[in-house]
Amino acid sequence: MTSLPTSTDRKLGLVIDLDTCVGCHACVISCKGWNTENYGAPLSDQNAYGADNSGTFLNRVHSYEVQPEEGAAQLIHFPKSCLHCEDAPCVTVCPTGASYKRVEDGIVLVNESDCIGCGLCAWACPYGARELDQAEGVMKKCTLCVDRIYNENLPEEDRQPACVRTCPSNARHFGDLSDPDSDVSKLVAARGGMDLMPEQGTRPVNKYLPPRPKDAMPEFDVLAPFLEPVAEEPKGFLGWLDKALEKI
Amino acid sequence: MHPAPSVIFFTTFSGLGFGLLVWLGLGYPAVTGWTAFVFFAIAYAMAVGGLLASTFHLGRPERAIKAFTQWRSSWLSREAWCAVGALVIMGLYAAGLVFAGTRIAPLGILGAILSLATVFTTSMIYTQLKTIPRWNMSITPVKFLVLSLAGGALLSGQVQAALLLLVIAGVVQGLTWIMGDKALEASGTSLKTATGLGGAGSVRSFEPPHTGTNYLLREFVHDIGRKHSQKLRLISLVLMAGVPILLLILPFNHFFALLAVVSHVAGVLIARWLFFAEAEHVVGLYYGKR
Amino acid sequence: MNQPVIDLSPKVSDEVRKTTCYMCACRCGINVHLKDGKVAYIEGNKDHPVNQGVLCAKGSAGIMQVNAPSRLRKPLKRVGERGSGEFEEIEWDEALKIATDWLEPVRRKDPSKLAFFTGRDQSQSFTSFWAQNFGTPNYAAHGGFCSVNMAAAGIYTMGGAFWEFGQPDWDHTKLFMLFGVAEDHDSNPIKMGIGKIKKRGARVIGVNPIRTGYNAVADDWVGITPGTDGLFILAMVHCLMKAGKIDLNYLAQYTNAPVLVNEDEKSPEYGLLMRDENGKELVIDRVTGKLTPFDQPGVRPDLSATHREAGVTHRPVFHKMADMYLSDDYAPENVADRCGIPAKRIRAIAAELARVAFEESFELDHSWTDFRGEKHDKMIGRPVSFHAMRGISAHANGFQTCRALHTLQIILGTVEVPGGFRFKPPYPKPATAHPKPHVGMTPGGPLNGPHLGFTHGPEDLALLEDGTPARIDKAFTWENPMSSHGLMHMVISNAWAGDPYKIDVLFMYMANMSWNSSMNTRGVIDMLTDKDESGEYIIPKIIYSDAYSSEMVAYSDLILPDTTYLERHDCISLLDRPICEADAAADAIRWPVIEPDRDVRGFQSMLCDLGARLKLPGFTNEDGSQKYADYGDYIVNHERRPGIGPLAGFRGANGDKSGRGEVNPHQLEQYIENGGFFVEHIPEGSNYYKPWNTAYQDWAVEMGLYDKPMPYLFSLYVEPMRKFQLAAEGHGDRQPPDHLRQRIIDTMSPLPVWYSCEEENRASEFPVTALTQRPMAMYHSWGSQNAWLRQLHGHNPLYLPTKLMRENDLSDGDWATVTSPHGEITVPVLEMAALNENTVWTWNAIGKRKGAWALEENAPEATRGFLLNHLIHELLPPKGDGLRWANSDPVTGQAAWFDLKVRITKAATADEAQPEFAPIRSPVGTGPKNLTWKVGK
Ligand SMILES: Nc1nc2c(c(=O)[nH]1)N[C@H]1C(S)=C(S)[C@@H](COP(=O)(O)OP(=O)(O)OC[C@H]3O[C@@H](n4cnc5c(=O)[nH]c(N)nc54)[C@H](O)[C@@H]3O)O[C@H]1N2
Ligand SMILES: Nc1nc2c(c(=O)[nH]1)N[C@H]1C(S)=C(S)[C@@H](COP(=O)(O)OP(=O)(O)OC[C@H]3O[C@@H](n4cnc5c(=O)[nH]c(N)nc54)[C@H](O)[C@@H]3O)O[C@H]1N2
Ligand code: SF4
Ligand code: SF4
Ligand code: SF4
Ligand code: SF4
Ligand code: SF4
Ligand SMILES: [Mo]
Repeated sequence: MTSLPTSTDRKLGLVIDLDTCVGCHACVISCKGWNTENYGAPLSDQNAYGADNSGTFLNRVHSYEVQPEEGAAQLIHFPKSCLHCEDAPCVTVCPTGASYKRVEDGIVLVNESDCIGCGLCAWACPYGARELDQAEGVMKKCTLCVDRIYNENLPEEDRQPACVRTCPSNARHFGDLSDPDSDVSKLVAARGGMDLMPEQGTRPVNKYLPPRPKDAMPEFDVLAPFLEPVAEEPKGFLGWLDKALEKI
Repeated sequence: MHPAPSVIFFTTFSGLGFGLLVWLGLGYPAVTGWTAFVFFAIAYAMAVGGLLASTFHLGRPERAIKAFTQWRSSWLSREAWCAVGALVIMGLYAAGLVFAGTRIAPLGILGAILSLATVFTTSMIYTQLKTIPRWNMSITPVKFLVLSLAGGALLSGQVQAALLLLVIAGVVQGLTWIMGDKALEASGTSLKTATGLGGAGSVRSFEPPHTGTNYLLREFVHDIGRKHSQKLRLISLVLMAGVPILLLILPFNHFFALLAVVSHVAGVLIARWLFFAEAEHVVGLYYGKR
Repeated sequence: MNQPVIDLSPKVSDEVRKTTCYMCACRCGINVHLKDGKVAYIEGNKDHPVNQGVLCAKGSAGIMQVNAPSRLRKPLKRVGERGSGEFEEIEWDEALKIATDWLEPVRRKDPSKLAFFTGRDQSQSFTSFWAQNFGTPNYAAHGGFCSVNMAAAGIYTMGGAFWEFGQPDWDHTKLFMLFGVAEDHDSNPIKMGIGKIKKRGARVIGVNPIRTGYNAVADDWVGITPGTDGLFILAMVHCLMKAGKIDLNYLAQYTNAPVLVNEDEKSPEYGLLMRDENGKELVIDRVTGKLTPFDQPGVRPDLSATHREAGVTHRPVFHKMADMYLSDDYAPENVADRCGIPAKRIRAIAAELARVAFEESFELDHSWTDFRGEKHDKMIGRPVSFHAMRGISAHANGFQTCRALHTLQIILGTVEVPGGFRFKPPYPKPATAHPKPHVGMTPGGPLNGPHLGFTHGPEDLALLEDGTPARIDKAFTWENPMSSHGLMHMVISNAWAGDPYKIDVLFMYMANMSWNSSMNTRGVIDMLTDKDESGEYIIPKIIYSDAYSSEMVAYSDLILPDTTYLERHDCISLLDRPICEADAAADAIRWPVIEPDRDVRGFQSMLCDLGARLKLPGFTNEDGSQKYADYGDYIVNHERRPGIGPLAGFRGANGDKSGRGEVNPHQLEQYIENGGFFVEHIPEGSNYYKPWNTAYQDWAVEMGLYDKPMPYLFSLYVEPMRKFQLAAEGHGDRQPPDHLRQRIIDTMSPLPVWYSCEEENRASEFPVTALTQRPMAMYHSWGSQNAWLRQLHGHNPLYLPTKLMRENDLSDGDWATVTSPHGEITVPVLEMAALNENTVWTWNAIGKRKGAWALEENAPEATRGFLLNHLIHELLPPKGDGLRWANSDPVTGQAAWFDLKVRITKAATADEAQPEFAPIRSPVGTGPKNLTWKVGK
């Protein structure tokens, strides 16, 4: 079971738009809320009201500064959860078979009742997408909300991951990346969606849309015609005004 | 990586224990009866003790048995099989020596192979990890095997072999450090590839996702000063190979032999601490910690 | 492969109850999923007009909020010294008896001896009604320290403001310019809007010294020098006017630009607008060339023509604007250095505004009729929109800066047009349609009218006969004549100083005044605990209602524990701060979706009880019995005017009327059935040009927003300001004290001006500006009790620009001492490159007092977290004139949080951020060690 399926029927995943993510952490907390109450053991918190507090999260938002050669530094908010890799090293290292990639949709999951909490899958994941729950002793990771996306107890429109549903700025998109006609595939094509750490050979399903070029407003020289003075002095201006008013 | 005592003890002592079993399996020294019992007892204490130590870092040790299921794909699972195989076969072999005073050579050789295989599978658990370039080198299993054999030779009193193997071990260990220091860069993984943001300029981690700590930081991000690590490397090399070699060159003396073993074990423990503490997991890049 | 079979359709919950989120004033709709009667999961309500299903981090973490270990459990009576945190739990009956015994004599003898102030309040129309019935003039909510500059500047200028009271036309705008916003009240809609326009590839320009959040996703970032936005904006006004890139038709038809101004320097009317006998502003009609009231049918007001009458010249406002803004003082080259923006960049942005507003203009096929009776078959879109918040308003020049921004959008013709900025009902509403402040007291009786409002000249000031302030906070006095929201941040210091007078009872609700919402935190703590010679506290009695164990609890004598937001009724009313959208009127409720497991009472319900015990007329029946059983009863049965109550939806006996209608006894049930809210869409064709659109005006009257149509002109020129100036120049019988005359003349210009606040804050010695920003995932002080959120922001480093890091030889994790004219703190630092090079900043309100919020004493919030508030004083540093000037806007009294100037030096590594305060005793203990939260099995 720990072997990877040679292919999956679909490749469900997320597309994250780094151009619009405002770093609000809404996805982080809605993920925590849904997954604490649903799939497997609750996501526990240690020292919840004290020092050195920490807890299990399946999705975390980093932030990076990019300093271009010229011009102002930029700040990019960077959400990260499991990328549901096609060549998921976290699956093949697992000694128990708890970690597996679903044949039907490519979702990488941990079967908690088989997990011995050896941590090896987390060691194998380059993205920091797996966290060993300190209370339960089993590995937790993004489930792509497998218990939402097919859930018949939810209205059709809500059958999407909690983080996608909640994202206020619409920076998260969910869909089938094996279907070139899906919205997510089109978005990836249009915006140059990229893989994280391609050299690790994990072939992530999730894609990131790079930020659009920043601080790229045309120079004033180009825009100058829009500010051609009608007059230099208040007096001249009032003269212009009179003429301009004639016309309206 | 977080240098957890459990894994340091596990790798060090199981390496030594299985190394000793290799020598015993091959009939060096050719012992029987109570002497054999003592040798095997030492080997089993180390190997089994090491394996037990390794279960301390499991979140669910009571389910450890499940680790046997994935031998087709998982090095950890293979290690489990090899270890049990080696221990069972060597147990029968030892019984022959201790109780019947006979050496069933094929059993010994098979046991020796399994013991070596155990060390190899252990090393492959680390070597396979692309996420830790410092481990992801073909010299890593060589190092584990050589150290295991050298330690085994030392424990089994194979002075000539030990001398040779200690020299090789020292050299291999040195090489892994030299190569390891370049491994992260050579892997091509950097904050730029991790974020894909390199195109626009230089990338710097600004704020971590949480002001508090988390499992990833505890497990994968361990900062050790360069000066500190150079000093420890030297100490480890001296204790692991230098001192034992010196003591072995001196006329044989039981006390010196004991000292050589102690020194070697101490050196390997330090090296193992460094093996983990110095290992840069690429996830640290996301936290600006590389 | 045979893979595990998992349950793909687990039951989500037993029941979903729809109510309204509370964690900020955005007030999103939420679906509360319950299992076994307990909250299991909270998500956004897809049908809700505000959030359409999305939810922020705070909203999703509501489950940790309603279950926080810091919740108060029972009324508390102080037994130790104030500030010790020693309390005794008492029964509600005793608590209410104590409150009644304290308040009854105050009301009978001198109601002004009660100061009743409410903080993060979402029921101001109710609490002010209570205070009015009590009869004290001393009531306000927190707007004065929050963003009154934004509200007042918007309402005086254009009858509505940014804040949560309006929004860009997200569906049509092509250029969105955002000034000084980190999060704001409309937080989810702003994020949704930014997402929308980014999807269309429209441009976002962020003006902010700090590039995080919205400014990080902005296509262009203007890292302006704090406090100089007014200058930058007026420089763009200069460029646009000079280039004639202004919407002349819009200015002529819909603003007071053509209204004539008296130019006779000697006249007591100098600078006042010309009006007819009915008070209507006069313009010259371009068609007839005649003087005429602005609103007559067919009038085409002339922006240019002057008028001479009785020897006095009258020039249109627009002439004065030309005189002022075409001056070289506002040329980009002359402001560039001050603003820290190159002149070419200022011009480029102005040109881009002009290009998009006029070249990308478009039309919507909606016909409409304006207030002059003229029919238009199209609506002209100007797809440039603006939004701004405290970054420009929390400065002492904030009122004028906000006005400058409104001037910019008005000359571009982008307010209330497609693609521009639009009001949300009940706005637009001219300043004159709001009440004026009332301070008429009768011992034992109610106040003569609402406390807060808009002044239109010296005659409206809240002064006593002898000219001293009528209100404890000195609102509506010469020091801040247009302080429409009161000055909550001055209450404690004024009451302590007995200036203007002493009080007997301080009654506060939902404001952490001994900590993060005060300036000069240590000083405030001292004032709260200070005693007179006889050993009595100088502020004798403090009653406080909080739901949690906040820092303020320790400084109160009587604690009335509130419920949490899922355990009570609340009303988000059109009379107050509703949840409307630009296209719809909407209001909402909260209702008890779970029962409290503690002996606590909803504050408003408690006020119904207390009001009856005090025999307040609005809360007592004729037979002396309690009028409203609880807040739910009030919400349904109270009527402000006949047919108009707290809720606009489901009115009338059958619940089929909207806006106006008789009381509906089943109103709350119908709200609940509808998802906790009510929405009424503005018909197409009525939803733009609202201040002048007859169809909208009629709709608003029908909805009960107004009693009659009230079209009005935007006030580029704010005449009431001129009236205060005139008084300062010596006209009229209500005269300001001499020391304030010049300041009033300088700062109350009826056309927006910019002035520097640097000197007062001693910028030459303290050259660095220190700011705070709201973290998107925290709400002021109260997010820290939330086990999930506090992992995101458990402490708050001070972010320094690269230049200051190098200059001071600092690296990440080092400690620095930050000194202001008022104090000193020592805090950990982190480097940030995307930051104005003379600005440092930190997240707001993360620092906590040891012992508060049920946190352990070594929690990082209390050891590394810190407040900038220790560095900010409610008074400016002494100027040597013997007077202490307030650290607030001279027009509105808005607290000038962001004028703070500091100096940075490297400090030795410290264990804890300084200053350190002694722990307070927690009335609720501390929370559990670990959490494995799961409600269902
Ligand atoms: N340095 C600096 N200081 C600032 C600002 C800044 O930008 N910089 N911003 C200022 C601004 S704009 C504001 S508005 C203030 C905000 O400051 P505050 O108004 O003090 O806001 P909170 O800290 O949220 O405190 C509100 C109190 O309400 C309590 N509370 C929460 N929920 C309930 C409830 O359901 N019922 C009751 N009865 N109580 C409840 C909380 O426990 C808390 O004690 O801070 C101001 N202070
Ligand atoms: N998540 C969350 N949301 C909240 C709150 C909260 O505590 N948490 N609080 C609510 C409250 S009470 C309020 S008042 C609103 C306030 O909402 P905001 O107005 O967004 O409040 P601040 O976070 O104070 O942000 C002020 C911004 O102005 C910038 N700034 C400071 N000085 C200048 C300047 O001179 N020029 C310019 N251009 N920018 C400047 C700062 O860098 C900062 O980004 O938010 C409300 N919403
Ligand atoms: S919810 Fe959306 S905008 Fe917020 S941090 Fe997550 S991805 Fe970014
Ligand atoms: S992101 Fe990590 S955990 Fe997820 S599939 Fe890839 S390797 Fe596995
Ligand atoms: S922690 Fe669990 S899932 Fe991960 S490798 Fe070990 S057994 Fe497999
Ligand atoms: S898909 Fe579900 S589990 Fe994965 S990050 Fe989003 S909310 Fe969390
Ligand atoms: S923005 Fe967040 S905290 Fe504010 S009301 Fe909406 S969900 Fe609640
Ligand atoms: Mo505020």
